[in-house]
Amino acid sequence: MNTRGLRSQLKDSVPVTGMGPQVGAYGVQDTLRSGFSSVKNELLPSHALELSEKNFQLNQDKINFSNLRNIQGLHAPLKLQMEYRAARQIQRLPFLQSSHLALDTLKGNDESISFEGILNDPAQSEMMGEPHVMVEYKLGMM
Amino acid sequence: MALSNVVETPASGFNFENVCRNVALEGLLQGGQTKAPKPMKTGTTIAGVLCKNGVVLGADTRATSGEVVADKMCAKIHYISPNIYCCGAGTAADTEKTTDLLSSNLTIFSMNSGRNPRVVMAVNILQDMLFRYRGQIGASLILGGVDCTGNHLYKVGPYGSIDNVPYLAMGSGDLAALGILEDRFKADMEMEEAKELVRDAIHSGIMSDLGSGNNIDICVITKQGVDYIRPYQESEYKDKRQRRYKYRPGTTSILTEKIVPLELEVVQETVQRMDTA
Repeated sequence: MNTRGLRSQLKDSVPVTGMGPQVGAYGVQDTLRSGFSSVKNELLPSHALELSEKNFQLNQDKINFSNLRNIQGLHAPLKLQMEYRAARQIQRLPFLQSSHLALDTLKGNDESISFEGILNDPAQSEMMGEPHVMVEYKLGMM
Repeated sequence: MALSNVVETPASGFNFENVCRNVALEGLLQGGQTKAPKPMKTGTTIAGVLCKNGVVLGADTRATSGEVVADKMCAKIHYISPNIYCCGAGTAADTEKTTDLLSSNLTIFSMNSGRNPRVVMAVNILQDMLFRYRGQIGASLILGGVDCTGNHLYKVGPYGSIDNVPYLAMGSGDLAALGILEDRFKADMEMEEAKELVRDAIHSGIMSDLGSGNNIDICVITKQGVDYIRPYQESEYKDKRQRRYKYRPGTTSILTEKIVPLELEVVQETVQRMDTA
């Protein structure tokens, strides 16, 4: 079950990014892209699940790798993470749709369906990003 | 068109962008003395009983949306796999989608392994899914099925709690139904006796609870197969609404008939060849 080992791993869970004020290139609010800053916008109640869903997959991976390390030793998660990293590198450019086939097969997502596969399909997203901007963001140049 | 403030493809799954807007709208509507529309709930009575040769599941068929009956013939017993069926109470969309997802996952598993899934597998998948969403998915389910290890009946709450007992009732009419079940349940009952017991339990839920009503559906699962009886018993209070308002051909009688032929003569004829290369 998914909650095995949860308690001992809570201190290691991944910190949430993207929730704080959006900082631009010079360390201040990027007004052109994110609009005017307002403290009220950041303090308004978000949904109870927003935080936990944002990093659900990462936390699950962390728990599974910890368990694997405890059971089989350090080599097991190291080998798996190396394979994940290799599979993650064979993607298309960020503004194009990649199938993530190798990554899905490694993680076992090709044999199960959850709400991620049904709701908000990225292939049918109504907003398109500017290709140059997206590549710059991915390369960390922004 | 390409937007320059989108730097990453949006993540799939639930989207929480409208939460702030909804909170603001709630405030505005309360001020204007109107309420936001309520989601359709299956204020329900569902029950399940383990008997000698299998499992009997029963449900009423009313779905309510606030104080209005939204659906009089709602199907609350959902198919999960050829040997497992599930009754759902709570928010109608949530039970429908959750059981659909569960059924899809178990179908993939059956295709991979070549076997019918076990009831415990269905229960574990449900438990993981519902706990992950911390009860925001309002689905209370009764799962019943027959597999290689025997007959099973489980109850799964919206937060992911499970209960494994020989007789169960859930929904807004569960107290009334449980009264009947507690009184007359015996271990290892015969099939017909179990069907009558479930029928009586749902009936008492219908009589005592406003959110349950209309017909009673029964689903009997045995090693040999499934018998989904819909409806098992129709309610006596049926309305006599005429559903179709189209007239049959021949309703209006023809009194007289006059035919005037329209005469056309060919004035000019041109032929244009079509190039089908």
